[in-house]
Amino acid sequence: MATKTVLEAVRDALHDEMKRDERVFILGEDVGPRGNVFRITAGFLDEFGRDRVIDTPLAEASIAGVAVGAAMMGMRPVAEIQFADFIYPAYNQIVGEAAKIRYRSAGGNTCPLVIRTPYGGGVRGALSHSVSVEALFYHVPGLKICAPSTPADTQGLLTAAIRDDDPVLFLEHKKTYRLIKGEVPDGDHIVPLGKADVAREGRDLSVITYGLMRHFAVEAAEQIAREGIDAEVVDLRTIQPMDRDAILRSVSKTRRALVVHEDNKFGGVGAEIAALIAEDAFLDLDAPIRRLCGPDVPAMGYAKEYEDAFMPSPEKIAAAMRELAAF
Amino acid sequence: MKSEAKIRAALPAGLTPEALRGMYYYMVLTRLCDDRAFALNRQGKIPFAATCQGHEAAQVGAAFAVQRGTDWIFPYYRDTALAIASGVTAREQLMCLFARKADIFSSGRQFPNHYSVPDRNIASISSIIAAHVTHGVGAALTFKMRKQPAVALISFGEGSTSEGEWHEALNFAGIHRLPCVFFCENNEFAISVPQKLQMAVKNVADRAAGYGFAGVICDGTDPLATYAAVHDAMEKARRGEGPTLVEAKCYRAMSHTSDDNQLTYRTQDEIDALKLRDPIPKFEAWLKERGLIDDSALKEFKAKAQAEVDEATDWAEAQPPPTEADLQTHLYANSPTA
Repeated sequence: MATKTVLEAVRDALHDEMKRDERVFILGEDVGPRGNVFRITAGFLDEFGRDRVIDTPLAEASIAGVAVGAAMMGMRPVAEIQFADFIYPAYNQIVGEAAKIRYRSAGGNTCPLVIRTPYGGGVRGALSHSVSVEALFYHVPGLKICAPSTPADTQGLLTAAIRDDDPVLFLEHKKTYRLIKGEVPDGDHIVPLGKADVAREGRDLSVITYGLMRHFAVEAAEQIAREGIDAEVVDLRTIQPMDRDAILRSVSKTRRALVVHEDNKFGGVGAEIAALIAEDAFLDLDAPIRRLCGPDVPAMGYAKEYEDAFMPSPEKIAAAMRELAAF
Repeated sequence: MKSEAKIRAALPAGLTPEALRGMYYYMVLTRLCDDRAFALNRQGKIPFAATCQGHEAAQVGAAFAVQRGTDWIFPYYRDTALAIASGVTAREQLMCLFARKADIFSSGRQFPNHYSVPDRNIASISSIIAAHVTHGVGAALTFKMRKQPAVALISFGEGSTSEGEWHEALNFAGIHRLPCVFFCENNEFAISVPQKLQMAVKNVADRAAGYGFAGVICDGTDPLATYAAVHDAMEKARRGEGPTLVEAKCYRAMSHTSDDNQLTYRTQDEIDALKLRDPIPKFEAWLKERGLIDDSALKEFKAKAQAEVDEATDWAEAQPPPTEADLQTHLYANSPTA
């Protein structure tokens, strides 16, 4: 076991897969000498060369589109979108192309591609360096979406995503990059896509969440444990495919469900989770399903006051848990 | 009649009299497939057809410049002749028109002419204009990384060149001097919008200067002129000398598709005038003049192509359509495959 940050887990997964499989290569903005704006790929250019660490023009549609073409030819590209806020020009390539290539060609062509991008707030990133984009993509069949939040899950899932035969959008919460440290198993560490993790076991209510909010929810659960409320925290880790069994198993046990995510509430991933519980576990519930999410404004503003007001926090989550437990 | 040796010597590099007769056959076969598609549409047997009439010479010329089994083609939805001259059969073409389960391009999922034929190196496309251009560039990047001697032929209409993704693709290819050829079939209309409302430059080829490589113009109603231009560009790319933008000036003989009516944006006189540019009689005359084909051979070619299309139509019509269960296949790698 090695202790590392989420950022180091991303770097190690990329590094080890590039060493293991020569079909894997990286393309994106500032990934070369700069080593990515967070220094994730620092040293990669020297180690792997210009053919496999490609500084692209500042053009997101072609970052994704060129990667799609290479993937169709049997390569394993890892395309980087510098910030999730910049992914919109690549939307056509990800949604209209990558996600549909296997289906539209009835298996004739495939697209084993990973698109990595840092997302999320809490870092004073303002309106255009802090958005969550998962709701814009999880509606799309053919695409897989990961949003891990621990170093072990990040390294294990990114490794699995690169080896996956389908396109994967890999969301990395940028606040976790240096904030979250943890142990990662040595050797070939894989976390399968589509499997949730119970981050904290509990009897009284279930929090279903992912990303940075996993850590906030566990912190909140520890706070309210002192008050005698025993909360379970389910970290989805993968948003698409979603681990429906893990959600239903937890909710059927605790009979209360709180969904927490940083992304806007309306039409967010939480809406789908709530619908799933309402459809398949309604008779197990002792209380209405609650959601604690980002408000329905475009994103968090630059001012600290906007950011604090937008982001769910351990305190806000603890308050929502108390309310749900008391119902 | 000139001697066979003299004719051979006058042909562009890589072409033989047999190849010319092959080109002619594919042009005729494509025209008949195209006519059949529109007839089936009018009979209510298929919901949709898109024409390539007026493009046959350009497409067949380009197809013959491709090294089969080595190069890859990233076509667009009007490339029926390019596909047929690259090995797609009349049966396969009719299967996609009828949207049959065993349609090898998409199992009846996509509009006609959205080829995916991996065993003949033709990549899958959607209907989203110019979205495949970066894919061809990604393929060319792969060839360069793997040091493969392959070239990507990426085709599109002149309307595609207005898309931002088209620009991004050419920019990327120019920076890395990738082995690809951008092949524009300029038929002067993007559905109804004429070229002058798509761009302020006279030629699509003029745009190449912005990407640091050459733009070349050829007569897209002449299969040999197109072959020569595309062949030069493909071999240049193969030598590691980077991409070329080839613009084949052709025309669209009919409405955009079976759902369009060209009389809403051009006059009958304009449409009638286009008939003079029809590449098939032009090439027929060229071949006859040089003694490469005679009337009886022409008759035989046409009869053979007609029989092939008739047989393919009857056969494809009799094949089963997809079922409800087929809706779920090939979504992910672990989805059902049949």
